[in-house]
Amino acid sequence: MAAEKPMKAKHQRLVLLVIALVVLFAAALLAIWGLRSQASYFYLPVEIVAAPPEPDRGVRLGGMVEKGSLKTQADGVTIAFVVADGKARVPVTFRGIVPSLFVEGSGVVAEGRMGADGVFVADNLLAKHDEKYVPREMQDMTKQQAEAVMRETT
Amino acid sequence: MSAELGLAALWLAAALAVLQLVAGALAMGERGASLAGIVRPVAVVQGLLALVAFFCLIHVFWITDLSVKLVAMNSHSAKPLVFKIAGAWGNHEGSMLLWVTVMGLAGAFVALVERRLPERTMLATIAGQAFISIGFYAFLLFASNPFERLAQVPVEGNGLNPLLQDLGLAFHPPTLYLGYVGLSVAFSFAIGALITREVGPAFARAMRPWVMGAWIFLTVGITAGSYWAYYELGWGGWWFWDPVENASLMPWLAATALLHSASVLASRNALRAWTMMLGVVAFSMSMIGTFLVRSGILTSVHAFAVDPERGSFILALLAVYIGGALVLFGLRASTVTEGERFALVSREGALVFNNVMLSAILGIVLFGTLYPLLAEAMGAKVSVGPPYFNPMSALFFVPMLLILAVGPMLRWRRDTFGRVGKRLILPALAVAGSVIAVVLGGGADLLPFLGLTLALGLAIAGLLPLRDRNLRRTPLPIWGMVIAHLGIAVALFGMASESAWTVEKLVAVNTGETTQVGPWSVRLTRVDPVAGPNWTALEAELHVRYAGGAETVLRPQSRSFWTPPQQTSESALLSRWNGQLYAVLGGEGQDGRWQLRLWWKPFVTMIWLGGLMIALGGLLSLIGRTASDIRRVVARGKIAYRREKQGR
Repeated sequence: MAAEKPMKAKHQRLVLLVIALVVLFAAALLAIWGLRSQASYFYLPVEIVAAPPEPDRGVRLGGMVEKGSLKTQADGVTIAFVVADGKARVPVTFRGIVPSLFVEGSGVVAEGRMGADGVFVADNLLAKHDEKYVPREMQDMTKQQAEAVMRETT
Repeated sequence: MSAELGLAALWLAAALAVLQLVAGALAMGERGASLAGIVRPVAVVQGLLALVAFFCLIHVFWITDLSVKLVAMNSHSAKPLVFKIAGAWGNHEGSMLLWVTVMGLAGAFVALVERRLPERTMLATIAGQAFISIGFYAFLLFASNPFERLAQVPVEGNGLNPLLQDLGLAFHPPTLYLGYVGLSVAFSFAIGALITREVGPAFARAMRPWVMGAWIFLTVGITAGSYWAYYELGWGGWWFWDPVENASLMPWLAATALLHSASVLASRNALRAWTMMLGVVAFSMSMIGTFLVRSGILTSVHAFAVDPERGSFILALLAVYIGGALVLFGLRASTVTEGERFALVSREGALVFNNVMLSAILGIVLFGTLYPLLAEAMGAKVSVGPPYFNPMSALFFVPMLLILAVGPMLRWRRDTFGRVGKRLILPALAVAGSVIAVVLGGGADLLPFLGLTLALGLAIAGLLPLRDRNLRRTPLPIWGMVIAHLGIAVALFGMASESAWTVEKLVAVNTGETTQVGPWSVRLTRVDPVAGPNWTALEAELHVRYAGGAETVLRPQSRSFWTPPQQTSESALLSRWNGQLYAVLGGEGQDGRWQLRLWWKPFVTMIWLGGLMIALGGLLSLIGRTASDIRRVVARGKIAYRREKQGR
């Protein structure tokens, strides 16, 4: 093995530095690749209808829970509802315990996947907790679409 | 009254920090030498004054003085006392006051007891500590004053976020901050040594216990925080790659690397510049974490409030401190002379490998945490979660574990794998055995599979450094290393087991109905309303049985707080030696059925047990090293005394 003898000081420092830099550079490349393929993008209903993501890709969908759309299925733990932004409507299903502030007519961010059949399957729902903790996307959304939502819900 | 006293103490402490910086810097020169005597006392008083301010804040929370804005915003008179007190740091201003208090006390402690460093390095270190403190005092006094009064006293306070109303709040933030901010000492040490160019084994030996102390608190804090999130959020997970969790993990990774490189510097006088670099990086990560959490630019349960002004203030502090330290490093690194040489296959080589891998993981986590910010600047809203973090960090974690199995058995300077190869047969067999066992047992996904098989091999390999040793005479630091490395194996086993074998059940049941989850049968007997000091709840009574054994009762709750109005679910846990049953009560359906979410998580408790073992290992090593330092000082004193007597 080349490493049997202690190397000259200058060389050793250089070799260590080069190895460390190569590994860190590789880590950086991997990170960029991983982020491109794994980061979950935020969609509004109108965007997700216009250009749906691939079915196996994790994304987040934010909008208003349409009034009168919320239904509990026979198993008692799966719910179906429609997320809308005034321009488009997306049916969503979710299996789980819903957050307490999740109600019809309020904002929601659903994490999950867009199915090939156009139904969004959510793994997790983020509802408005209190005025101190609002998902950032939702703050924006409520500002932009307050009017549209008002029209729709009144 | 307390509020004014606290504010005055804070201003005084800030003024003393300025004095400490100026006197420390001047005393390093020839002309200011007479100032050297005041530097240490000033540092001690500065720390005590910060502590006084902190106690004042606790006092106003204790008595719920609603004329103080912070109390009115975050507390309530009907809250249990323990949450009133802990609520003092459950908000932005209070947590920043805790931050400067810890920083001041750490500086005071160093000034009081550290006698191993050359005087000039010591002065530079204490001045450096004051230099960082000043920025955070300024931030507190100008942008987040915790003692601000209200012109109109409200009748009642807004109350504390119910998720925080848990005993976890009393322990987790202070422990974490002791670690997080304790790393400022490592930063100041590195700066001090870079200024005076006194980088050597003696310096590393002096710095190591401080880093170790902070690292122990950080380890305990992260472990406790993980368990808290696990039972409090009711999501059944123990790590969410939330930006704030990452903000505590990143300094931990850097500090772990620093501990290992400092031990190379202490024993072998190598890796000089690199150790200094890590000293700077570790605390920089703490500051970046604070920026991420406190500026409110990221979505997180930990982000108390969004305030862009504060964000820019912390960003400016970051630029000054991290930028300044890196410039200093850049100027001095080339003048730090090269240390001792070593072969690639040697103890040093293995530790370098550990350092490079830890740095790579740190980079991966840092990138992933900052990416949503970069993306948002370019107009895309993204979030980054486990699908990125898990495989990417495992890519570097697994090779690190493999070298961890070998490293402690390698000799310093130069060694061959052939010499240690024979000893590794046993762990290798264990890995092979567990591969077969897991495959026969139904298999698992790639990451849990790797985790399960590596954990056993690592546990055995971790014990090997004790072979051929007289266990009674084995020094404490060796025990510490062995236990900490075993802790990694234990935690890894817990993590892998949890993700490979967890059974989840989500059902709606009528009262009286029984359901199965893994080996457990769970019967819902009733749901009753109950009341607490500032909440009401629906409480389910679950009769649970493990594989037909004795019956136990679990009572998960769905709580409604009224200040602020919010619901939380209080999960109920039942631990056995081989895992935990986790129950959450959901809502009532229109047909009268109750939603239940149940998990059977085999060996999940090993995750936190492992975390505590890692911290215990650090503690043993710290005790062992400190004891031998004290013995050395005492022996030196005796020799000097004897010489004096003989000379007479």
